[in-house]
Amino acid sequence: MLAIQAEGLTKRFGKTTAVDGVALAVRPGTIVGLLGPNGAGKTTVVRMLATLVRPDAGSMRVGGFDAVREPARVRELIGLTGQYAAVDEELTGTENLVLIGRLLELSRREARRRADELLEHFDLTGAARRSVKTYSGGMRRRLDVATSLIGRPRLLFLDEPTTGLDPRSRGDVWRLVRSLVADGVTVLLTTQYLDEADELAAEIAVMDHGRVIESGSPAALKAKVGGQTLEVRPADLADFAGTATIVEAVLGAAQIDLERGLVAAPVTGAGAATMADVARRLDGAGIAVSELGLRLASLDEVFLALTGVAR
Amino acid sequence: MKLVRHGLRLAWRAMLRIKHSPEQLLDLSLSPIMFVTLFVFLFGTAVAGNWHAYLQFVLPGVAVQSLLFASMGTAVGLNTDLRSGIFDRFRSLPIARTAPLLGHVLGDFFRYLVTLVVVLGYGFVLGFRLRGSVLAVLAAIGLMVLFSFAMSWPSSIIGLLAKTPTSVQGYSFLILFPLTFGSNIFVPTAKLPGWLQAWVKVNPVTQLSNAVRGLMLDQPIGATASHALLWSLAIVVVFAPVAGWIYRRII
Repeated sequence: MLAIQAEGLTKRFGKTTAVDGVALAVRPGTIVGLLGPNGAGKTTVVRMLATLVRPDAGSMRVGGFDAVREPARVRELIGLTGQYAAVDEELTGTENLVLIGRLLELSRREARRRADELLEHFDLTGAARRSVKTYSGGMRRRLDVATSLIGRPRLLFLDEPTTGLDPRSRGDVWRLVRSLVADGVTVLLTTQYLDEADELAAEIAVMDHGRVIESGSPAALKAKVGGQTLEVRPADLADFAGTATIVEAVLGAAQIDLERGLVAAPVTGAGAATMADVARRLDGAGIAVSELGLRLASLDEVFLALTGVAR
Repeated sequence: MKLVRHGLRLAWRAMLRIKHSPEQLLDLSLSPIMFVTLFVFLFGTAVAGNWHAYLQFVLPGVAVQSLLFASMGTAVGLNTDLRSGIFDRFRSLPIARTAPLLGHVLGDFFRYLVTLVVVLGYGFVLGFRLRGSVLAVLAAIGLMVLFSFAMSWPSSIIGLLAKTPTSVQGYSFLILFPLTFGSNIFVPTAKLPGWLQAWVKVNPVTQLSNAVRGLMLDQPIGATASHALLWSLAIVVVFAPVAGWIYRRII
């Protein structure tokens, strides 16, 4: 049985069609990433699946239950972390968790114990008795995710869990999501970053204008959108031409981006070996570089590759 | 049953909020103190000849008025929650759908009690004396709290429909001013012009403040207490389902 199965999901707000016939199939115990820019309809899809919004058309089964006819059953299985931290700023971390625990029919003591457990797990024990308005963005996010885990959901919706987080907190969220899936939880997450979807998801669905325009494994997607890009930033602008020559010799092409001071080229095949080769040759030519790296296509590049239209 | 249990647990949240920012209570207590001071000393002599006599007359009414203002707090709290993400969280939980709404309404009880203590305490310092029996005074308090609870339902409708917490204030005043000032809280009905008397006589707040005044000062109350009680029930019966309906529609 699929953890999530949706077909023809459609939602209109006034004259705009926010979601237009979306189909999704999520296997239990996997992570599926919904990738797309702002306004693509990702959040609306999540809100429909989490029973917050009724679809205008289409069908969806979440955890085996019809999410339109039996929303109460679905709510017993899911956890939701929305885009905006859904915690009470005035309350402490512990109080927020205990409140939700009590609403989930835990006894006072159980709710307290579960709160302590989650605070510990999320490295928030030190801030447990502080009011949430004193928390940093990363801490708030962690508390928010912790709150959605109180009822030990089998299915977790994470709506842009790392937007606005610093790289370290971002890594924390990633580790957390992986550990949840290791425990058998199914995760549907939305993101604006290909690297995040690539890092976490077994399947990626790319959304644009309310539709899924592409879906598949990260490898298949990357193959389609050109995989990785090698970027070199020479320390001295005088070495720009020399750098470009070396990159072209190794990769067969080199784009010069004077504005950002970069030489870039698409990489096909083994990235690490190619990078080592370029590094060796630059070193041999006596060119010092301030930056040398591989990066995945940005969302803009993904869309350019998939739709042929620059966003 | 589930609805009430979850509503109470959500109301507990309101207690916690007060615990963390007690300045909310300061806000709540200052306005009744201002009203008492303003009316007793500014208009007291003009209306009743001397302010001591007027204090006895006006204080029960100011208590009613202060509670009604406090019941409009429901609207602001509800509206603030709606605009934040926290309602999404509540709605994704397997709890009764309207429990968050009920939680807000119930959570305001404590605020009512604080308001009452402040008004009566300050009145006592100025020389206000309760003349009714303990039972009568408790009945007066019960009537006021019940009526405020009833009024927090129309208040929650404003909270649900208003675009911002600021516009909530505006709408609330549109309701509160005719209800409180257009009653016999401040001036005996007989002293008002005829057209205003017509409104004052049908205004439920008049019934309530007559009953409260009578019970606190040991004066005859006639049918005013039962009228106030009926009004409270009627307001709940009409507005609670409407609030619930709107809540389910827009959420």
